[in-house]
Amino acid sequence: MTKAVSQQIVGMNGDEAVAFAAKQANVDVVAAYPITPQTIIVERFSDYVANGEVDTQFVCVESEHSALSACVGSSLAGSRVFTATSSQGLALMHEALYLASGLRTPIVMAVVNRALSAPINIHNDHSDMMGSRDCGWIQLYAENAQEAYDLTLQAFRIGEDHSVSLPVTVNLDGFTISHAMEGVAVIDDDQVCKFVGKREPVYKLDPAKPMTFGPLTLPDYYSEFKRQQVDAMNSAPAVIRAVANEFKKISGRQYSDISAFNVEDADAAIICLGSIAGTARTVAARLRQKGKRVGVIKIWQYRPFPTIEIARLLSNLKCVGVIDRAVSFGAPYGAMCSDIASTKELTGIKTKIFNVICGLGGRDVKPTEIEGIFEKALAYANGEPIDEPVSFVGVRA
Amino acid sequence: MSAEEDKPGWTSLAMGAVLVTPGSAVRNKTGTWRLKRPILDPKKCTNCLICWIYCPEPAIVRGAETVEFNYDYCKGCGICAVECPLKAVSMTEET
Repeated sequence: MTKAVSQQIVGMNGDEAVAFAAKQANVDVVAAYPITPQTIIVERFSDYVANGEVDTQFVCVESEHSALSACVGSSLAGSRVFTATSSQGLALMHEALYLASGLRTPIVMAVVNRALSAPINIHNDHSDMMGSRDCGWIQLYAENAQEAYDLTLQAFRIGEDHSVSLPVTVNLDGFTISHAMEGVAVIDDDQVCKFVGKREPVYKLDPAKPMTFGPLTLPDYYSEFKRQQVDAMNSAPAVIRAVANEFKKISGRQYSDISAFNVEDADAAIICLGSIAGTARTVAARLRQKGKRVGVIKIWQYRPFPTIEIARLLSNLKCVGVIDRAVSFGAPYGAMCSDIASTKELTGIKTKIFNVICGLGGRDVKPTEIEGIFEKALAYANGEPIDEPVSFVGVRA
Repeated sequence: MSAEEDKPGWTSLAMGAVLVTPGSAVRNKTGTWRLKRPILDPKKCTNCLICWIYCPEPAIVRGAETVEFNYDYCKGCGICAVECPLKAVSMTEET
């Protein structure tokens, strides 16, 4: 943190931090339905509404499908919109996720990542967001409550930028982040207000200037609109970078597409999303003291995937272990490892990769297990053939 | 349907398939979908307008003596032929 920036440190869990960010962003509409472990976000936000601390229209709906549908309509009407969900709730939103991205409606949604049923489980993994990976939303992942707060504020600017005009999910690990109390450095309301600005919609529902939203497009037009969405996604990294740089000025905290720890001179690294990065860095630092050249790559910006930056980092590494906290049944690799494999193929990098599936349904991933992944990566880096391209860690046989 | 290459591409279309100006459906000549063409026998038509009421498009145009068909939008569903009490409409194969 830079000295010039003075911020209040407030004790908040991840959910509270997200709700606080949405409050400061002065959202016009929140339509949401409670689901563990996201519930605290909408509870806190409804407190703000009830206390008159915001003038947000809070729409109580009967399901997540309705929640996101109301958000799409509100965004089309030109509002700044926020919602939050988890797991089954995200799954129930699935079709509306594609409406939001296809209609190019900026919406910020906190996804408090939780495993999908069955068997029913309320704890963290990434199967909910990975199940909707291709929904056309920008997908950011936080490591802790501070990042959840920071990314939520930035998400409004990113999604509402006219060259992007896409919905954004801010992912935070269920319970590990959502329910864990932290000291969160919060920015002054005035500064946040200036930073997020006012939403200026590209098109909006307006009786004075009638337009048609969501018309039928047949085979002669549909492809063109999908191609536009790809272009919007391609425009996002530059916007995300610009917003991150501007955010640094008011927060002192620098964001990017990825965060690299001890990677530049490493032989092996772990690539991961979310809260597990903290454990991975701690273990990596410990191994460094023993002379082992290992690092950690944490991905903040999962969609659009930071292919170029990953390729740059991979090119200096001999081996990477990719952690997926979701299973892609029947696929050669888990979802994120598939992206890393694609990055290798596209850029011609020879770095060895292997995939570790762990931490499903809230299963704790212990430092000793992370150390095991590093040791395996180092062994592969030193020439051992990859005997297990995909393995489960921490699962009883 | 006009050739695909005559239509605007992704770089010029409004984002999200928004139709920025109203009334664009007029340009979509759905008559190209038609397989059977309704033909009126003007001698039988009494201008009762039952076909005009039933036509879902509406592609029946009111005239002074008889109705007429708007073939730009008539999809050839044949409801007019079925509903006409005087059998003044017959459906013929489009060629």
